[in-house]
Parts: sequence; structure tokens; C-alpha cells
Amino acid sequence: MADTLIQGLLLGGLYCLFALGQSLMFGVMRLTNTAQGDFIVLAAFAAIAGLSVAAVGPWLIALLLLPVAFVFGYALQRHVLNGTLGRDPLPSLVVTFGLSIVIQNLLLQLFSADPRSIETAGLNTRSLALPGGIAIGVLPLVIFGVAIAATAGLQWLFGSTRLGRAFRAVSDDREIAELMGLDANKVYALATGIAFVLIAMAGVLQAMRTTVSPSDGPLLLLFAFEAVIIGGMGSFWGTFAGAMVLGLAQQIGFRLDPGWGIWVGHLVFLAVLVLRPQGLLPRTRG
Amino acid sequence: MTTDVHIVRSTRTSRVALVVGLLATAGAATMPAWAESSWMREFVEIACYFVFALMWNLLAGYGGMVSIGQQAFFGLGGYGMLMLGNLAGVNPFVAIPIAALGGALIALPVSWVAFRLQGGYFAIGTWVIAEVFRLSFANMSSVGGGSGTSLIALRGIERAVRESLTFWIALAGVVLAIAGVYLFLRSKLGLALLAIRDSEVAAESQGVDVRRIKLWVYLAAAFGAAFAGALYFVGNLRISPDAAFSVNWTAFAIFMVVIGGIGRIEGPIVGALIFWALNKAFSDYGSWYLMGLGLIAIVVTIFFKQGLWGWLQQRWGWSLFPTTRWLVPSSAAHSTHEVPNAQHR
Repeated sequence: MADTLIQGLLLGGLYCLFALGQSLMFGVMRLTNTAQGDFIVLAAFAAIAGLSVAAVGPWLIALLLLPVAFVFGYALQRHVLNGTLGRDPLPSLVVTFGLSIVIQNLLLQLFSADPRSIETAGLNTRSLALPGGIAIGVLPLVIFGVAIAATAGLQWLFGSTRLGRAFRAVSDDREIAELMGLDANKVYALATGIAFVLIAMAGVLQAMRTTVSPSDGPLLLLFAFEAVIIGGMGSFWGTFAGAMVLGLAQQIGFRLDPGWGIWVGHLVFLAVLVLRPQGLLPRTRG
Repeated sequence: MTTDVHIVRSTRTSRVALVVGLLATAGAATMPAWAESSWMREFVEIACYFVFALMWNLLAGYGGMVSIGQQAFFGLGGYGMLMLGNLAGVNPFVAIPIAALGGALIALPVSWVAFRLQGGYFAIGTWVIAEVFRLSFANMSSVGGGSGTSLIALRGIERAVRESLTFWIALAGVVLAIAGVYLFLRSKLGLALLAIRDSEVAAESQGVDVRRIKLWVYLAAAFGAAFAGALYFVGNLRISPDAAFSVNWTAFAIFMVVIGGIGRIEGPIVGALIFWALNKAFSDYGSWYLMGLGLIAIVVTIFFKQGLWGWLQQRWGWSLFPTTRWLVPSSAAHSTHEVPNAQHR
């Protein structure tokens, strides 16, 4: 039982990284990025392609990928997504959904449908032995640590920096924020840039921990979305908590029957929606 | 000064369209007597796509509920028909309308969950619900689990009879779906729905029961989607959870509606024709073809928000299915009622 709980929390760490970018984009500009999962997969394949070209370590490639992802996200928001924002959710949904289909099929064409992973020189099989016969994988533990650091970092950025104040201002009232001299389009682009750094981290770590294939995106999107909604919108620690709940639910489901894990996760999400639609920790950032 | 006006609700174009449409329907109904069975099969398939897209248009374009989860009801219609046929011994053709009704009934409890979310969250929330149905059927061994099963209930029905009947049901489905949506939008409830689309708050302040009307639209869209699913799998003879609950159904519906023009009945018709033509010409290119569809949807959404029919309508004032009420002074009553370049959707 303790083993299931620990594995569930570690899985939740990965889901937290999937979800933080989504949470940030929801929070700042009410944008639902339906291509979130596909961008995670795209980042993973970018790292895999980079490794096949340059003979360097996977961590260095991951580090090099982060600024690239930031620029990509910034440009995407600035030149494509900003034009779709507004009262009507349809344009942004259709555009990101279209991007999702384009990315999936492009990756399928370039890399075939085979699952791939990033070699970490045995890190993904190393584990720590705990009393009681429980083994904890080193890589999942690293991922969990990155998730906590990323959540804390985002919360600090949002609550205690000039940029965070700009994020909150455009989120509360775009027009007033613009009257105060903020350029909302630029602020949005910065938010998406940061979201894409998180997406790149999530993609690389996912490919290190398990495998990625071009059609994985939609499922990753649903996990990210569930974590955000379970946690409550507008709070990064809420998203973290939501990811933990989702990871635990799936792990318990897998333990009951290998075919049930994802299904139980979905059911827990729907149950939260019915019983506590505002989520676990709504708007703790005030 | 004077209120001496009367209401005009049709144009010359729309009256011509009605006559042409009726003639085309009557002509198409004779197809089983002379057409090849591959044509009829193709018609049935595109009819399913079209009815599904028309219902998505009603939901998203008029009801403002952008769903990426309508495949839930498509799959439920398919599985409902199959279970009635295989397990309960109902004739599959009779099972189609029953399964459609079943889809609408299941949509009621689903709406209690889905309506907790709005906008983009509603879109992905409905997708999760569709996944729940897919995984549930994948764990159900009486219908073949994850690998699916065949529609054995159609055994013993002669192939020519089966194909003609499927074709006629598809044709009737298309006509009834268009007529149903059109008459609904022209009714008082339809007027309320159009008001909600333009502004929910304003509609509510005029006494429109926004929640109730949205619920009815959601149920009607589920009914239509389940009908399309039931019909599709009668034509296909084989079902699996991955095929029945594939998000591609909704993806193609979005494509058709966006290309043709969202929030107008002509939109999905034009979109379905374009989709059919593209599919015939390019589907051999596999993933390049799908990539092209995705790119077209993006470009149209950003640069041609009104879609192809919206553009034609703005340019020429065409309207095959007018839902607008034009007020015309009675002195002009005997002149023609063509309304040029009317700014309406």
C-alpha cells in the first residue's frame, strides 16, 4: 500500500510538470491550449533529434532546449495565438486543435509511430532502497524535485516580481492594465514563453522516464487539464495538489486492474467536478 | 410614423433552394434502383459525417458550447444500436432511432457534469467524458472489449435490401436533420437561441431561460450525433471503442463547420462537400493530408472567420436557409422581397 502511494505521488510529479504550463496560460489569458500535450511530445522529439545529431549528454541538450522553447512560445503567442483571443473561445480552440493535428502528423512523418526514449546512462533504472522493501526510482525522485522547484518558482514569479504583477494585472482586467501602460500582447507572449519552458522540461523528462510516440499528445493534454481543474484554477500549488491526486488515483486504479488506471483517474476528475467544482485550492494566490 | 409593416422571412434564393432541394431529394431517393452500391455506401458515410457536423454546428455555432467530446454520443449511438441488435434481438434498422433517443437520454446526466465548465474548459471536459465512455466500453467483455465486435444481428438480411434501407435512412436523416435545425431556428425557441449566441446576458435580461435552452440544444445535438453513430455502424458492420469514440469525428466536424462557415446552416453543407472532395482527392497522402486539413482550419479561423459560405453571403447576400425576420414597409409589399447584402448570420 505504501508503495502504491509513493509511486502515485512520484507519478503526480510528472503530471504537475505537464500541467504547470497549462495552468499559467489559463491563469494569465484564459487560453485553453488544446495542443499542450502535443507540444510536450514535440519537445521530447526535439531533444531526441538533437541527441542523434550532437554527441553530448541528455542534460546538456535539455538545457539548450529551454531557451529555444521560450523563443518558440513567445513567437507563437505573439504572431498566432494573440489574434485568436477574445470573448468567443472558438478561434483559440480551433487554432490550437489544428496545431495539435499538424504536430502529430508531422512527427509521425518524421519519426514513424515507434515509441522512443532518451537514454540516461542507466539513471532511469537506478533506485534507492527504503526500509520495508520499498524501492524509489532515482529519476522519478529527480522529476518530483523539479516539479516542486518549478511550482515554487512560478508562485514566486507570480507573487513577488514585476513580471508577475503584470501577469496578474492583465489577467484581472486587460483594458485597465493597458491604460496603465502595459502591452498586453507582450505580457501574454512572455507568459506563453515561460509556459513553453515548462513544456520542454516536461517533454524531456517524460522521454527519459518512459517513452514518447507522436500520438501521445491528447492523453497528456487530458492529464494536464485534469490536474489544473482538480487543483483549482489560479493557483500553482493547487495544480501541484491536483497532479498528486491524479497520480494517486491512477496508481491505485492500475493496482486494482491494469486496464483501469487512466479510467479511475478520469472518474476522480469527474467526481471532483461534481462535488467541488472550484477545485481543491482555488485562488490561493489572492 | 406608421407601423404599417409586415415581416418577410424568405427570399427568392431561399424559395428556389427549397424547390431544388426537394427535387434533388426525390431524385436521390431513386438511387437504389440504378446506382452502384459503392456510391450508396459513400453517400451513407458522408451523410453520417454531415449530420454529425450539423449537430456540432448547432451546439457550438448557435449554442456557444464548443465541445471536443461529441464523439461520446456518436459512439454511444453505435454501441446502443449494436447492443440492441446483437444482445436484445432488435432489428438494427429499428434500433437506429432507439439508440439515438438513448444517446439523448444519457446526455441529460452528462450535462450535469459538463455544464459545470465553460468555454475552453467545457471543450476539454467533454473530451474527458468521451474518454470515460471509450474506456468503459473497452472494459466491457460482452461487446468484445478493446478489440470490438461485429454486427451479427444483420445476418439473414439480403445484401441489396440492407444497402437500400441503409441508404434511405441516411437520406431521410440528412433531410430531417436540415429541416429540423432550420425549423427550430425559425421558431420562437430558435430566436431565443440566436439571442443567446449574440449576448447571453442581454438574452437573459429579456426573459430568455438561457440554461434551459442550452440544455435542450445539448440534448438535441446528442440525439443527432447518436443517430449518425448508429447509422454509421449499421453501414460499417464492425465496431470498436477506438473507432466509435475517436476524437477524429469531432475533429472532422470542426473542420467542416469552420471551412463552410460556423453558425449558419449552409456552413456544414458546404463544408461536407469540400471535405468529401478533399478526401477523395488527397486521402492517399495519409498524414500529409491530415496535416493539410489542420493547416486549412488554422488559416481559415485566423483570416476568414466567416468561412466560405459566410464570405459568399457577405459578397452576394445569398441565404438558402434564412432565419432572419425582415421588416418591410407594406407599400413595398408587392415588389420582390430580395434583401440585398443583408448583414445577418
